[in-house]
Parts: sequence; structure tokens; C-alpha cells
Amino acid sequence: MANDESQPGADAPAGGFVQLLTPDGERVDSVTTAEGVTYSVDFTDDEYRGLYRDLVTVRRLDTEATALQRQGELGIWASLLGQEAAQVGSGRALRPQDMAFPTYREHGVLYTRGIDPIMPFGLFRGVDQGGWDPNEFKFNLYTIVIGSQTLHATGYAMGVTMDGKTGGPDGEAVIAYFGDGATSQGEVNEAFVWSGVFNAPIVFFCQNNQYAISEPLERQTRIPLHRRADGYGFPGVRIDGNDVLATYAVTRAALDNARHGQGPTLIEAYTYRMGAHTSSDDPTRYRIASEVESWKAKDPISRLKAFLTKQQLADDTFFTEVDESARTLALDLRERVLAMPDPQPVTLFDNVYPTGSPEVDAQRRQFAEYQASFEGSAH
Amino acid sequence: MAETITLGKALNHGLRRALENDSKVVIMGEDVGKLGGVFRITDGLQKDFGEDRVIDTPLAEAGIVGTAVGLAIRGYRPVCEIQFDGFVFPAYNQIVAQVAKMYYRSLGNVRIPIVIRIPYGGGIGAVEHHSESPEAYFAHTPGLKVVTCSNPADAYAMIQQSIASDDPIVFFEPKRRYWEKGEVDLGLDLAGAYPLHASRIARPGTDATVIAYGPMVRVALDAASAAEEDGRSLEVVDLRTLSPLDLAPVFESIRRTGRAVIVHEAPGNAGLGAEIAARITEECFYSLEAPVLRVTGFDVPYPAARLEEEYLPDLDRLLDAVDRSFGW
Repeated sequence: MANDESQPGADAPAGGFVQLLTPDGERVDSVTTAEGVTYSVDFTDDEYRGLYRDLVTVRRLDTEATALQRQGELGIWASLLGQEAAQVGSGRALRPQDMAFPTYREHGVLYTRGIDPIMPFGLFRGVDQGGWDPNEFKFNLYTIVIGSQTLHATGYAMGVTMDGKTGGPDGEAVIAYFGDGATSQGEVNEAFVWSGVFNAPIVFFCQNNQYAISEPLERQTRIPLHRRADGYGFPGVRIDGNDVLATYAVTRAALDNARHGQGPTLIEAYTYRMGAHTSSDDPTRYRIASEVESWKAKDPISRLKAFLTKQQLADDTFFTEVDESARTLALDLRERVLAMPDPQPVTLFDNVYPTGSPEVDAQRRQFAEYQASFEGSAH
Repeated sequence: MAETITLGKALNHGLRRALENDSKVVIMGEDVGKLGGVFRITDGLQKDFGEDRVIDTPLAEAGIVGTAVGLAIRGYRPVCEIQFDGFVFPAYNQIVAQVAKMYYRSLGNVRIPIVIRIPYGGGIGAVEHHSESPEAYFAHTPGLKVVTCSNPADAYAMIQQSIASDDPIVFFEPKRRYWEKGEVDLGLDLAGAYPLHASRIARPGTDATVIAYGPMVRVALDAASAAEEDGRSLEVVDLRTLSPLDLAPVFESIRRTGRAVIVHEAPGNAGLGAEIAARITEECFYSLEAPVLRVTGFDVPYPAARLEEEYLPDLDRLLDAVDRSFGW
């Protein structure tokens, strides 16, 4: 592997990855993998600019959320800083009929689905548990227990097949998000087994951001993660997760394979968590500054900006306008987060069972009476 | 259409009717297809409904329940078979952290109408992990409902009611009673059937109340027959629903009898009996002539088969407890 980082793919880990835009903003026409699959993109100028706007917007919203947490307005925040390209590229690769199963960090994917970015903030502010209708948004609930959602995604994908919704360009596909740490979970490996056995229309999208809280990749695996797919009998592809173009190209191809009935793919998006695991974490205890600096040079946004500038697809007026509109969105988000009402205490008894429970109902009544007993008192 | 059939066959008929009545019902589990399940509860169903409706799964319990969650989000009504009680624990995370919480977490947007069938309890001379009674782990978990049947007629009705319910339900089947026969109305109209989440007086009596469920109902009924010869009239309550509990008939009974003995196979410590005893004390304190007594499995791991007769509550231990209640 060459060390000259000006060469396309020179910054790849051993074994390489699919890259269509270098850290310096050089466009690679196409990449053909060892398996003979060729990946490329054919975007219009507007589409290139649209991807840039997405990346800047989701980073700006993330920055606002981090600030809100620091100011005590969110209980916790799981930042996507550094992973914008992996999320925007894969999210934009989804077709409207496709279903996404996120972890708790896929705010960028959520944004690309056209969902109001405030939707998950109830969870992080602690006013609810992140409740929405997955089928309305084609975006499942955030899932906190690591890896559990990969089985849900697999079952959902089995249902797609049972419904006869694969086999053509209008077919449905499913994408399951998870991280490098999750690949050690038994449930994720079961999801791989099941998807292979049932030829489920699913893409496993692993954002390998190099750390599971403090534990480096070497604690999870001794082979590159995408190669795990070999053992389950479906393709595994590693992409430059900081390259929105490669992410889009490979994810779109894998999703289309799935919707045509060709089964699962594992994508390893090789990226880096620039921030902390969550706002409760202190990454200076387990990684060195020079490592973070080296990844800063591979930033997903600056490379696309360099490309747009070199190709004269955008100028400072455009970049300023994008920054400004992202800022407006972020400030609007802030105001609406601050205006979120605290839930009424008695609502903690809501939605335990679809058909209700006399025991829960009795506790609700007793609690309401207990609360009412304080009315008019100083406390 | 009343027929005399075994409890296992009643479940089979109930599953068949559920598959017929709702195309979204799917059965999934290990060996449930060609083999018909290790206890043959799903016998013949794959042949008649196909491999998409009766799914032989990979051998992975978390996978069975986890994919069932996804199927439920997609609109299906999965019925999962866990082969034996002691094999449910690989799926415990999915059941407790996902199945139970999804409706609450989603603010009521996501229903998970899953039934998790678990053959449970001892008495069949099995090796380790094949004779356990893990019902308290699930009854302790908000968001799950837990039921168990004790006879063929209930088995037939309750499995269909559980599948038709939008709640996630853990359905415990008393495996040593699979071969016991009883009369079942196969033309039963579910709309008019006895409610799923209701306990029932299995035998009326006047002198003491025995509270049982699942495999222990037969033991309690036999004990009541034996006690009758000694001139004691025992009332037997079959709980049927373990979460939520339906204790109103229990309280009503104890207000008449003044004595209560609870029997279950699971270990006594923090078992269902402890919860029931506490509630009886809260509701019936002034009616009690004696402390609420429990007859349960011991607080040891389930023993080797040659010791299970000593471990399991039986007629003699139950009558001994009744004697102690009267001796107070």
C-alpha cells in the first residue's frame, strides 16, 4: 500500500476500500473490486451540491445538540461528528419504500429520510423514550441495546419477502445500522445467519468508527469486519465511510441487489468518531491527539467542498448560504427543544399494554389520588 | 363438536384454527415444521400451511424472538416456540428489553402481538434445562402478559385468545400434562369464551383455598379429592393468568374459607407465591385464620431426574400444608 496520500485510496486501511472521492477532493471515476464489481456515481451538479448541503446541515444540527447537552438541556447526546458521509451517503441511497433500522446515532440518516430532526430529541431530553411510528417514517425506533435491531431488521426483511415485495426495481429493501462494537454481539451474528438462510432483502451497514466507547477495533476482531460476511455466505464490501460518493454508490447497489431478491450484503463503512461516544464520555483517556488530527485530514465535508470548488460547481456565495441556512435550522431546533413540555406525571402509566391491564390501571388511580393529596399544600 | 383429546392435541387444533383465521399468523421455532415440534404440538401444520407460515428456524432463540419482533413491525402475528423452558434464556434479552418495552417506548405506535410458547415444568424424567419453571422472570417484567393452561379445553381457547390479542404474551404449557385428556369444544366461539386474563374456580369448597396454576392444578384437584375423604372441603383456584394476576376470585374465596395455600413448581424465593401471599395479606387480613402458606419447588437448581419426585410439590406435601394451616 502506497504511503503517498495524494494517490486515490492511499489512505485506505490494509486490504483497501472503495473510494470515489479522495481526502483532497479528487474524484475517482470508478472503482472495480477484486470480485469484479464496479462502483461509480453519476450525479448532476445540483445533486453534488445537495449532498454538500446535507453534510453541513447534519453536522450543524449535531453541533447544536452537543451545545444543548452542555447547557443542561439534554440529558445525553450521541454525536455523529465525523460520520456525516457514512450516514448521508447511505441514507440518500435509500429509496422511499425502503425501511431503516437505526441505532441511537443515526441522526443523519433520519434527516435524509425527510424527517423533522427534532423527532429523536424527546429521547435525549428525557421527556419520552423516542416514540414514533416506524412504518409512517420508514425509520424504526432508535435502539439502545447494541445490535438488537439487526434481528428486528432481519425479521422485517423476511416479512418483505413473505409479502412478495422483492424481485424488481419497485421491490423493498431494508437497511440495518450498527457499529464495530456490535459485530461482537451474538444477536448480530444471528442476524447474519438468518439473513443468509432466508435470503433476506437487507443491507447490514456497519459504521466502523474505530471505537466501541473506549475499546479499539482490535478488541472486536482480528480480521477486517467486512470479511465476516464470507462466513455467512453473502458479499462484504468495505468503503471509505468519509466519502459520501462511495458510500452512496455501494449502498445503492447493495440495496438494489436486495430489492431484486439477491439477498443480503454487509457494508463496512470505514470512518472515525471525531467526538466522544456520548456526552458522558472522555475520549482523551483512550486515544491520542495525533490520531484525531490524522482523521481530521480525511474530513468528509472538506473533501466535498474541495471537489466542488475545484470543479467550479460552487462558490463562496453558495457555501455561505448553506452555512447560514444550516444555522437557521439549528437555531429553530434549539428553540423547539427548549419548548418541549415535560410530560404529565400520570402519563408514566400510558402505553404499557395495547389492551390495558387492570393492575396498571389500579396503580394509576392510586398514584393520581396520592398526587392529588398534595394539592393546596406548600409542598 | 366436543371431542375428548389431549392437551397437546388441543393446542395443535388451536394453532391450526389461528392459522386458518388470520393469514398474518406465522409459527416459528426449532423443529416445528417437518417434525411437528419435539412434542408434536405443531404436527401437520407445515404440511397444510406451507414453509412460509410454519417456519423451521436456525437454532438460535434470540433470533427466533428478535426476527419475530421485526415481523410484528411488518404486520405479522408470530407465534414463537421455545423448545424447552431452559432454552429461553438466549432469547431473554429480546423478550425483556425489546418485546416487553416496544409499545411503551413507541408511545403506543408499535404493537408486538407475539406469542412465545414455552413448554415448562418437570415430571418427565428429563435432563437438566428441560424441567424448569421460569414464569416469575416474565411475570416480573412490565409490558409482558403471562398465561398458563391446565387442561385441554383451556389450552384450545387460551392459545387462540393469546394469538388474537395485541399484547405480547408468554404462554406457558405444562409439558407433563400434554398427554392428559379432556373434553374440548372444537367449535368454540372465541367471542363467547371465558376471558383469557381471568382466573377460575376449578373446584368449589368451603374450608380452605388452594391456589394453583398450570401443571399443579391437577395436583391440587387430586389433593381436594383426597381431603374430601378426610372431611375437608378444599376450594381450588386455577389462576390461568400470571400477569396480570386476577386475584378477585382468590380474595372472595379466602373471605369465605379463611385459609390459603399456594402451590407452584418454581422455587419459592421471590416466586409468584410470594406476590400472591403479599396481596392476600393486604386484601384479606381480617379474614385469615392462618398465615398464607406456600408449597413450592425448593430453592435449589432443578435436580437430576431421579430426585424430581422429591423436589416437585405433590399431593402429600400439599395436604401437609393444609394440615399446618388448620393447625394454626
